[in-house]
Amino acid sequence: MTDVRAPLDETAELPSVVTALNGNGRAAGDPTSSADTTRADERKPPARKRTPRRPKEMTGTDIITMIGSFVSALCFTWLVFSVLTDGIGWLGFGVTVFVVYLVLLWFVTADRIGATAATDRVATSVILVSAFVIMIPLAWLIWFVITKGFPVLRDAFPHFFTQDQRGVTPVQAASAGGAGHAIVGTLEQVALALAWSLPLGVMAAIFLNESRSRWRRPVRIVTDAMSGLPSIVAGLFIYAVFILPYAKKIPLFSFNGFMASLALALIMLPTITRTVEVVLRLVPDGLREASLAMGSSRARTTWSVVLPTARTGMTTAVVLGIARAVGETAPLIFTAFGYDLMNSNPFNGAQEALPLFVYRNIRKPDQSAIGRGFAGALVLMLLVMGLFVIARYIGRDRSKKAGRRARRTAVRQYLQETEAS
Amino acid sequence: MTETFIEHSEPDPLFVGVPDPGATASFTSATPVMPVMPVAQVVDAPDIDLVDDAPKRVALIGGPPPGAATLQSVNACAWFGGRLVLEDVNLVMPAGHVTALIGPSGCGKSTFLRLLNRMHELVPNAQLDGQILLDGNDIYERGMRAQEVRMRIGMVFQKPNPFPAMSIKENVLSGLKLARIKCHAKDELVEQSLVRAGLWREVRDRLNEPGGGLSGGQQQRLCIARSLAVMPNVLLMDEPCSALDPTSTRRVEETIEELRGEVTVVIVTHNMQQAHRVSDTCAFFLAAENEPGRVIEQGATDKIFSDPEDSRTLDYVTGQFG
Repeated sequence: MTDVRAPLDETAELPSVVTALNGNGRAAGDPTSSADTTRADERKPPARKRTPRRPKEMTGTDIITMIGSFVSALCFTWLVFSVLTDGIGWLGFGVTVFVVYLVLLWFVTADRIGATAATDRVATSVILVSAFVIMIPLAWLIWFVITKGFPVLRDAFPHFFTQDQRGVTPVQAASAGGAGHAIVGTLEQVALALAWSLPLGVMAAIFLNESRSRWRRPVRIVTDAMSGLPSIVAGLFIYAVFILPYAKKIPLFSFNGFMASLALALIMLPTITRTVEVVLRLVPDGLREASLAMGSSRARTTWSVVLPTARTGMTTAVVLGIARAVGETAPLIFTAFGYDLMNSNPFNGAQEALPLFVYRNIRKPDQSAIGRGFAGALVLMLLVMGLFVIARYIGRDRSKKAGRRARRTAVRQYLQETEAS
Repeated sequence: MTETFIEHSEPDPLFVGVPDPGATASFTSATPVMPVMPVAQVVDAPDIDLVDDAPKRVALIGGPPPGAATLQSVNACAWFGGRLVLEDVNLVMPAGHVTALIGPSGCGKSTFLRLLNRMHELVPNAQLDGQILLDGNDIYERGMRAQEVRMRIGMVFQKPNPFPAMSIKENVLSGLKLARIKCHAKDELVEQSLVRAGLWREVRDRLNEPGGGLSGGQQQRLCIARSLAVMPNVLLMDEPCSALDPTSTRRVEETIEELRGEVTVVIVTHNMQQAHRVSDTCAFFLAAENEPGRVIEQGATDKIFSDPEDSRTLDYVTGQFG
């Protein structure tokens, strides 16, 4: 057997790298380790002057061409539709400006650089503009809710988060009372819904992905069909099956947060199942084989190897499930029913939820109630964002950072060993 | 099929050169029907001193019995769906020896290896015939649990596959958790397994860091340490060095060298030099076009590489084809 590491020892650079690492713990080439850089400079030939080139880079001329084309398009369209004809409407104006801009840009660039570059610039413009156009509705929506809801929320801060609507009359200002009862209701209902649907969804996903049953296909089809279930039907189902026949006899089956959580669980279940199934499918088969080859049962492999590996993805599943359910209004109308006062017991009595709060207030005739509704919508959006951040934090990939550190240590170790031998 | 072989039950010439008293004992006591190879092929394996180092090893509760075990295949066949990929493989892998399976791609070496610890049956539509005897007991017999078989016959895969969600230490100990084995001296077991796999010096200061942060060669040795922690009687290796650089390959080979005598090693490799270096006995697999793979020749490694009986073996080991 030949010593394959021998040639490494003879290379001139390695010992100096090792001493640098041993001496001050910094990587070679680090500008702060001056002793090492001077030694490296002595060996290096004088640096040739280089100009870095990035073939795809936009130069100043390109940007000027784009701006010029846009201004020309604007002027041309204005000339045609505002001076010569009687107009086309703002939407038609915008579209015309864009189309003319693309045509001008193509011809100018084709004349300057060539047809290939011109096509590239036009494609870049189209894709960029599309991306911004897609973001417009989202930004608009957020802006709309903030402008309507923020003044009310500012006036009602902080009692909007703690008080309910006790004693609030229609003549009072929008900042009177709060939505504390709705926040509590939403949190409780979604938490309960998650408690029902997460175990079921994970079990179903394990069945779909880890078993070899003939029933996987039917289950998958049913899950897909369920994800298309209209949310009002979910609420109606709970209403018709539990509340309508049993409400008089059993208090648990009357309007309350528990019934709402069942309806929400129906909405969340398919989302969680399909998302978890996808992340389980991403777990490499090699890990399952490695586990089985050590004498593990299939159940133990799933529990100790597959699920921990897919932990980050499962958090995403939870986030998606919550996001799907937290804004649902329709299933709550027949189940939680809505209530103006604080009811923190989800198992007894009608309960408010944030979407219901928004829905019920926006429909009222007085301006102050409508303002309260928008403040509720803003709080709902903040709540969803907060849940996202929390879920991301819990499911963050802890291995990445430590992995980088480990790799660095591995390299250092290797170099030390090479020196030793 | 075993019934037809009862008549041939005479002292097995196979175990003449293999000092393994456990094998013959279990033949008479544990197995009612004595399975015998229909075509007696004497493997002239070189003698190896079996190391009985049970006292100095960390004790496991509920683990495999100590020592290396003899593995033998009798008329082993394998199908994927309706396609026969491996036909009538009769092979002895003597206790404590390193056996190399060589041959071109697609000749059924890996399939055979997966037959040996019942990983073959995990593939949908996979079927098999014949017997795999672990110290004389058929591992496919009714009443044999696949989990116990796999606990006694460990496996290292082609691609290093440490569990990414576990630290180095947890990776080594994962076998205990997964196979429900108890151990009172876990720290000692971690050290012992990593030392045996030749990884201890490199990772002893960062046992709690994730296994995925190691280099490819270190990951593969971590996988070997993980398999060794359960103290298997046999270790199967499916091209363990094909994804590694020469330095890491040498480390893995040193590890195999140290395991000789303690564990029976069966290694599939495409690297002729490697097979020559590490193995005591060797089996050459070959599959003609549209035909299942068969064992062309088996015997002591030195003989296979210097003076093989079959011309195809000579062509392969000298690099004429494949």
